[in-house]
Amino acid sequence: MTFEQLVFYGFAGLTLVAGLSVVSLRNPVHAALALILCFFSTAGLWLLMEAEFLAIALVLVYVGAVMVLFMFVVMMLDINIEETKKGFGKILLVAMILTIPMVVAVGTVMNSNFFKTSSFSYIAREDVNYNNTREIGLKLFTDYILLFEIASLILLVAIIAAIALTLRTSRQTKAPNVDDQVSVRRDDRVKLIDVKE
Amino acid sequence: MNDGGITALTLNGYLLVSASLFIISIVGILLNRKNVIMLLMCIELMLLAVNTNFIAFSFFLDDITGQVVVFFVLTVAAAEAAIGLAILVVLFRNRDSIDVKELDMLRG
Repeated sequence: MTFEQLVFYGFAGLTLVAGLSVVSLRNPVHAALALILCFFSTAGLWLLMEAEFLAIALVLVYVGAVMVLFMFVVMMLDINIEETKKGFGKILLVAMILTIPMVVAVGTVMNSNFFKTSSFSYIAREDVNYNNTREIGLKLFTDYILLFEIASLILLVAIIAAIALTLRTSRQTKAPNVDDQVSVRRDDRVKLIDVKE
Repeated sequence: MNDGGITALTLNGYLLVSASLFIISIVGILLNRKNVIMLLMCIELMLLAVNTNFIAFSFFLDDITGQVVVFFVLTVAAAEAAIGLAILVVLFRNRDSIDVKELDMLRG
């Protein structure tokens, strides 16, 4: 067994074990921690496939931002764990039966020779100066520039939506009401008094 | 296997890992139907499995486009997680529960 195979089996096993514990752990905090482990080991697998930029992006974006958000929400919400435990065994049986066709399908595809043909075999890269991030950037900012702009728009919409959904206007603020200010008329503010009288 | 290459790994191994991860997350969605947060986590796991598939094909076909697709999937998944969690927080404020079974306000 080569070193690469050893690394692959290690990361693959860790990924699957972490995935299984995400699904089976009852405490959402533990499940979120298992999901973080799963992200880390998958980033290792991606590194093995020479996708360096995406592996780092996975760790930075998912572990650094998304999972922190998940942990924050999980800990903020007071979830009754006992309530979610009910009827676990019965559903487990149904779930197992429902996934049997999928397992059979995957097994059939894996057993066939389709993915073992020579077109899918790895060719060692000749170029020493090959840069994964540079290649992705070249593709991203030429062929997919429109999609890139749309992606940025999606992120902007997500920011505004998330803030607008969770923002609660506090009673403590001293800011004037903009609607009242805009709709004010002259008569509301200015009163002419005849002083000669 | 390939001869002369530095790696002895095949596409099949990576596909098997991602397919197993996908099936695990489907089982998770079926199992954790009472907790919306667990559903969101299982969806993240599914996206991870699909991304691994994309990168495996990108690597073994020597085509960088697969990695660009993964980049976009990561972007959209991050936006989805942010909005999903925001909705969840609002839901919990209003209903004091995140049980899917209790979300039947529209049924009338």
